[in-house]
Amino acid sequence: MADTAITVEGAHKKYGEKKALDGLDLRVARGTVHGVLGPNGAGKTTLVRVLSTLLRPDSGRIEVAGHDVVTESRAVRVRIGLLGQHAALDEELGGRQNLELFGRLYHLGARHARVRADELLERFGLTDTGRKAVRQYSGGMRRRLDLAASLITDPEVLFLDEPTTGLDPRGRAEVWTAVRSLVGGGTTVLLATQYLEEADQLADRISVVDAGRVVADGTADELKAATGGDRIDVVLRDAGQLGAAVALLPFDPAGVRVDTDRRLLSAPVTDRMAALSGVVRALQEAGIEAEDVALRRPTLDEVFLHLTGDDRRVKEPA
Amino acid sequence: MTLSTYALTDSWTMTRRELAHWARQPVQVVVSLVFPVMLLLMFGYLIGGGRGVEGSYIDYLVPGMLALTMAFGLEGTMIAVTQDLNKGVIDRFRTMPMANGAVLVGRSAADMLQSALALTVMMAVGYALGWRVDGDLGAFLGAVGLLLLFRFAMLWIGIHLALVAGKPEMVQAVQILVWPIGFLSNALAHPGSMPDWLGTAVEWNPMSRTATAVRDLFAGTGTEHVGAAVVWPLVLLGVFFPLAVRRFGRLSK
Repeated sequence: MADTAITVEGAHKKYGEKKALDGLDLRVARGTVHGVLGPNGAGKTTLVRVLSTLLRPDSGRIEVAGHDVVTESRAVRVRIGLLGQHAALDEELGGRQNLELFGRLYHLGARHARVRADELLERFGLTDTGRKAVRQYSGGMRRRLDLAASLITDPEVLFLDEPTTGLDPRGRAEVWTAVRSLVGGGTTVLLATQYLEEADQLADRISVVDAGRVVADGTADELKAATGGDRIDVVLRDAGQLGAAVALLPFDPAGVRVDTDRRLLSAPVTDRMAALSGVVRALQEAGIEAEDVALRRPTLDEVFLHLTGDDRRVKEPA
Repeated sequence: MTLSTYALTDSWTMTRRELAHWARQPVQVVVSLVFPVMLLLMFGYLIGGGRGVEGSYIDYLVPGMLALTMAFGLEGTMIAVTQDLNKGVIDRFRTMPMANGAVLVGRSAADMLQSALALTVMMAVGYALGWRVDGDLGAFLGAVGLLLLFRFAMLWIGIHLALVAGKPEMVQAVQILVWPIGFLSNALAHPGSMPDWLGTAVEWNPMSRTATAVRDLFAGTGTEHVGAAVVWPLVLLGVFFPLAVRRFGRLSK
């Protein structure tokens, strides 16, 4: 299957009694960005480590770029790049030294490794780092150099494991820009993240992972639609009136969520305009003051919490 | 290129990486060379005296200190490998199509080079203190070879311990243990001067074998102890080299 870059069928991996991967299936089309979304401990990192030949799975058929990760790990390694959770760089050496070192270990030859290092430093805005050791880099610079190191051979498949964890907003934006620029080049990207916004921003398709298996799969829009269409958010001036407002408004109480801290009530709607005018009128008649009334699509947060069966965190006990 | 030429070029690349670390931290390199020299001066002048040693103590002490320095190299290797394993960079190496053992070969090459440097510096200082070689060139080279062979065995013990323990705390434990084991040898004092049980333990210490053989070779007084000084390190290597290589391969489990 030439247009599939990653195939995972029934992957299992146990650490002692804990099942990190529990029959995980995944198929990633060539040239796409595929988000793997899940909470901490869902098995994302284990999946990335298995796919990048760092970890041997207990069972399952796992192919990357057309090669089996266990029996043809060398062929896989020629074709992949990895940006792990922690910087995989030689902290004592400078940026150029790192890239040249990795280039040589990819067997580019001394001259080609040097040229490639220059190209990548330029592309990631690291040309003027001089001899400075990576140890002294800022978080964003380190991440960019790490990403550059993952791209030395223009890999067919790139794994990103929580690429922006621990970065400030500026560092995050830098990494996102860099990832977007890759996608045009035909690289397949597997992005493991716990940030819904990140998956929403970068991924063509998303697999939601929980307890070592995929619990939902689709585009961001499909996943949002699956959670149940549009919602209306009403923010009141006085949190004490939330209960009265819920009783007053024409919604099925089962779908209503209340957040006292934010003085917010949120409910699913079918007819957008009728719901909007109905809410405004009902509130006015009852003399309940609203600060904001808005229609919106569900966020990936809601999708995620809905799918992983843990939406108690959003719902406030009445 | 075939797999085996990759093994060579990758090992060379990893050796160069270690040398690049030296170039970045020349002070550390100098300290690693000064420390054994300080020990030599300390035992030569401050607290030595050479219990039970006949003849010139400096001629007894210098070969002993050379052997001791090779033994202490174990902890240097262990620290370096432990640090490497706890760094993210090892993950990158392992996802690259490079020869598997190149990381370890690079480590060995750099450590052996450092040890050769240390031997040179210490022999120069020893010479200044009055230590003289009476053996011929062949014996001299043989002695240096035995010291490096011993160091090579220590190196692989160090790698193995680092792979098994893998944590900085364990390095400290080994750092402390290396001292009594190093001094429980004939490096500084003659076993004849010790209680019987201690003397026996000291004689059995592989380091004592190397020190004795090296002393004889430097003094030109015979080669009867060379056999033991060759066999012991080879036995240690025979045990720890395969253990370490296997352990390294298993890291990915």
